[in-house]
Amino acid sequence: MTKILIENVHKTFGTREVLCGIDLAVGVGDVVCVIGPSGSGKSTLLRCVNALEPVTSGRVVVDDIVMTDPKCDLNSARRNIGMVFQSFNLFSHMTVRRNITLAPMDLKKMPAAEANALAAELLAKVGLADRIDAYPRQLSGGQKQRVAIARALAMKPDVMLFDEPTSALDPEMVGEVLTVMKQLALDGMTMIVVTHEMSFAKEVADRVIFMDNGLIVEQGTPQDVFSNPKEPRTQDFLRRVSQAG
Amino acid sequence: MDFVTTIRGSWQLLLSGLGITVAVSLIAIAAGIVIGFVSCMMSLSKISPLRVLAQAYVWVIRGTPMLVQAFIIYFGLPQVIQQFVPGFTLGAFLAAAITLSINAGAYLSEIFRGGINAVDPGQIEASRSLGLSGGRTMRRIILPQAVRITTPSLVNQFIITVKDSSILSIIGLGELVNHAKVYVGGTYQFFATYVWVAVLYLAFISVLMLVSRRIERNLNRDKDSD
Repeated sequence: MTKILIENVHKTFGTREVLCGIDLAVGVGDVVCVIGPSGSGKSTLLRCVNALEPVTSGRVVVDDIVMTDPKCDLNSARRNIGMVFQSFNLFSHMTVRRNITLAPMDLKKMPAAEANALAAELLAKVGLADRIDAYPRQLSGGQKQRVAIARALAMKPDVMLFDEPTSALDPEMVGEVLTVMKQLALDGMTMIVVTHEMSFAKEVADRVIFMDNGLIVEQGTPQDVFSNPKEPRTQDFLRRVSQAG
Repeated sequence: MDFVTTIRGSWQLLLSGLGITVAVSLIAIAAGIVIGFVSCMMSLSKISPLRVLAQAYVWVIRGTPMLVQAFIIYFGLPQVIQQFVPGFTLGAFLAAAITLSINAGAYLSEIFRGGINAVDPGQIEASRSLGLSGGRTMRRIILPQAVRITTPSLVNQFIITVKDSSILSIIGLGELVNHAKVYVGGTYQFFATYVWVAVLYLAFISVLMLVSRRIERNLNRDKDSD
C-alpha cells in the first residue's frame, strides 16, 4: 500500500532547477533514506512532501491527500506528517513540555492533563523523561533533537520526515538520535530520512535513494546501492564519503 | 544659581508641568503601541492597499519633523475643519497627544516589523509543519519571540517619546519645559531651573527604565505566555 506518492515533481528557484522530475513511491511502514551530495535537491524534495516548499509542477500525494492541490487543507494534512529539522527548531520560549503539548492542545483540543501525560510518555520513549520542565537552551544538541522528535510524534503522525537530523550534532551525540530513529522504524513508522549517516542507511533503510543534480540517479536496497552501485556517480559519491569517514 | 531658592519657588509649577509630561507621554506610548501594532500588521499583510497605506504613514511621519506635524495638527487642522464645522477648535493637550501618538506609532511599527522579521524562519517552519495555521503561528510562536527581541528597542522608543514631548511646549502644551520657561521668565534663574527640569526628566525616565527592566526580566525567564 502506498503511503507517499511523488509524481514527476519539478522545483525551480528563480532560474535554477533544483528538482528535475522526481518519481517516488513509499509504502506503509517503509524507511527510505535519501543520500547524495549537498545541493542535489534531497532536502528540497523532503520539504515538498509536506508542502513547506510548494512544487513548481508535479504531484505529491500523502495518504490519498493531494498536497499539491491548491485547494488542499495543508494545516489539516500536515498534522499527519511529522517533520524533524537539521537545526532542531524547538520553540525557544517554551519548555520541553509546552513544545510537545502545544500542537495537540491547540489543534486537537486535547485536555491539559492528557497532553501532559502524552508529553511524559513521549519523553520517556526518547529517554528524556527528566527534562520535561527544561527550556531548549538548557539542552544539548542531541537532547534537543530527541525532544524535536517527541514533539513531531505528539500529533500521532503516520509519516515522519527527517531532514539531516544529525548533521548539526557533535559526533558523540549522533548515536542517541539515531537510536531513537531506529526504534521508530522498528515500530513500523513510514519514514523518509535525508541523511549523511551511511551506516544508519545501511542498517535501517528498506530502500536507499541516491540523488544528484535534482534527479534520482540510483535506488534499491542498501545492499544494492552500497555494495553494488551501478551508476558511476553513485560509485564516485560513495568512494568520497568512505574516504572522508 | 541658587538651587534651593529656585526649587522652593518653582516646585508647584514644575511638578504640574511634569504631570502633563507624564500624562501625554504615557498616552502616546499606549496609543503608539496600538497604532504601531496595527500599522505593522498592515505592512506585513498580503493585501497590497493595506501595505501601501502603512508604508505611506511610516514614510510621512518619519520623513517630517515632529515640530512641523504639531503645527499642522494644532494650527492647520482646525482651520480646515472649521470650513465644515464652524467654530471647531483643538486643545493643545489633545493636539499634542495626537502628534506624539502618531509619531511613536510610526517608529514602533518599524520596531515591531523588525522584531517579527528577526524571528528565526525555522521556528515558523516547525510550527507550520505541525499543522498550526499562519495566524496561530503568529500568536503562539512569532509574536512572543518578537516581543523579547524588541524589548530594548521598545524601551528606547518610549524614552524618546518622553523627551520628544518637550517639543510640544511650542504649541502651548503646559508641560515641564513650558512651565520652566514661565518661571524663568519671571526670575531669570536659567541655570538652576533647567537643571531641576533635567533632574525631573531623569527621574521619570529612570522609573520608566526600571519598570521596563522588570518586565524584560520576566519575559526572559522564558515562561510561556499561557
